[in-house]
Amino acid sequence: MSAVQEAVTDAPAVEAIPKRALTLGSGTSLVMLALLIAAPLFVKNFIIFQMTMLLVYGLAVLALNILTGGSGQFSLGQSAFYAVGAYTSAILMEHVGMNYALTLPIAGLVCFVFGFLFGQPALRLSGVYLALATFALATAMPQLLKLGYFEHWTGGVQGLVVTKPDAPFGLPVSQDMWLYYFTLVITIAIYFFSVNLLRSRSGRAFMAIRDNEIAASAMGINVALYKTLAFGVSAGITGVAGGLGAITVQFVAPDGYTITLAISLFLGMVVGGVGWLPGSIVGSAFIIFVPNIAEGISKGLSGAVFGIILFLVIFLVPHGARQGALIAQHLIGKLKKR
Amino acid sequence: MELLTNQVLAGIATGAIYACMALAVVMIYQAIDHLNFAQGEMAMFSTFISWQLMQWGVPYWGAFVLTLGFSFAGGILIERLLFKPLAKAPILTNVAGFIALYAIINSVAGLIWDFTIKQYPTPFGSSPFLGSQLISTHQAGMIGVTVLLLIALYFFFQFTRAGLAMRAAASVPESARLVGVNTSWMIALGWGMAAAIGSIAGMMIAPVVFLEPNMMLGVLIYGFAAAVLGGLTSPFGAVIGGFLVGIFENLVGTYIPGVGNELKLPIALALIVTVLVVKPAGLFGRPIVKRV
Repeated sequence: MSAVQEAVTDAPAVEAIPKRALTLGSGTSLVMLALLIAAPLFVKNFIIFQMTMLLVYGLAVLALNILTGGSGQFSLGQSAFYAVGAYTSAILMEHVGMNYALTLPIAGLVCFVFGFLFGQPALRLSGVYLALATFALATAMPQLLKLGYFEHWTGGVQGLVVTKPDAPFGLPVSQDMWLYYFTLVITIAIYFFSVNLLRSRSGRAFMAIRDNEIAASAMGINVALYKTLAFGVSAGITGVAGGLGAITVQFVAPDGYTITLAISLFLGMVVGGVGWLPGSIVGSAFIIFVPNIAEGISKGLSGAVFGIILFLVIFLVPHGARQGALIAQHLIGKLKKR
Repeated sequence: MELLTNQVLAGIATGAIYACMALAVVMIYQAIDHLNFAQGEMAMFSTFISWQLMQWGVPYWGAFVLTLGFSFAGGILIERLLFKPLAKAPILTNVAGFIALYAIINSVAGLIWDFTIKQYPTPFGSSPFLGSQLISTHQAGMIGVTVLLLIALYFFFQFTRAGLAMRAAASVPESARLVGVNTSWMIALGWGMAAAIGSIAGMMIAPVVFLEPNMMLGVLIYGFAAAVLGGLTSPFGAVIGGFLVGIFENLVGTYIPGVGNELKLPIALALIVTVLVVKPAGLFGRPIVKRV
């Protein structure tokens, strides 16, 4: 009896989320959007830079969320796709002299192909085995970028310096602010693309595979195609994020894209809520700001403080920000009734 | 040919380190069904405890036994305090918990014992073993300890009630509970044993890689790789996997030109992934059969 039950419920890594719960309500979305548009007008350039990075990492977390939360495949290799995107943009800008905005779709495309191809051997692996394979990719990437053969293009260990773009048409805004709004537009576009993707036929196929692969294939879903497709889409979005990150930081170097980045993105996904796309921005805020806060509390014990904060978060809301949002919604509902 | 034999021997010597760690990995995998990323840091902390005891004048084997007890208790304590409350949380949340634990232990050890490299004694001496320059008596001793540990684990899982109960709790928790196995405590016991085995691994490894808070980072990665290669369900496979990874690593470094120290790891991992693509359950693991 129990064995049969176990096979049916065969614990997917991510519990099913109703389709409507994928996004925020329209009211909340508008408030969030207004905040994101208005905030840079009142703060210093450094904070605008941090907010741009918030969006960039938010995109990368979103991409992982599509892969893990959507199709149920675990990946520790996101930093590799991020690196490929960043280097594609940087090389096109510095060696070919291409416009920064045009390099982004190319970075996305290159990473899509790379992810799709990587997804092929990864098809035979799942769970910890897939984690190990993607981990191998993440550890190999910085070393590959340092290799002597590519040094002419990649700049080797030193990396490449990227010029920061000016605002076009002589707009009277600072470089940082222009870059922020540029990133914001791309982020919103990709967010809508992702939400609609997960709501589409392909998205439902992803989730069916996540919940029960055997049942999904019995229903006629091409499991191999959709699994590799999920890898490709996720890598593509990560690549765009990487390109944006390179332009924002104005620098690419192999040691910026180690396994630490992949682990951070993973933590961001868990804190934001696995499978809940709006949570990506919360997770991104966590991985950008909490290490700094921990450093501020205690220099020598910053790692321990970070660990304790992380434990507190997962004890309070094991399902991440999604759970927080649900609790808030519940409370507001109660207040309205009164 | 002589170069090959020598490199294989040297590979076996490094492989013993990975085999030791892989055993601890398999132990925790048997109990909780996933990999514990903080395992290496727990082992590192235990090793520091034994070092501290020796600094206070406790003889080697006394410190060894005390550290074993401390690690066992510590493992159980961590499970009860930190991971039992997360038992119902999603798996990925648990993994985030392991990463948090990793950060905490690493930073606390760094604060107490700082990041300078320390010498660690070996009970076996470090003269060449049987006249061979490639394996020292310490490394031979380490291989011996690993094999002893493996035999002990085999007897524990095959012939004791606790071992049987643990296997039952890991494979079919519901049925195990129905026949009276306390599955929750079996998980705690698994943590304790994994921590104890990890501490043995740490104390054996420390004379080779020297004692410092980050000493386990590389070892743990190879240990994971070894355990996965051998099959996560099989302690025997883990040990064989450990030796194989050690040999792989050495041969890659010797025979492929242009491979520095830094490319060894990615190439070894790539080889392992290739093996996994052909044999997804590892070399000695039981393939998971799913009922529909």
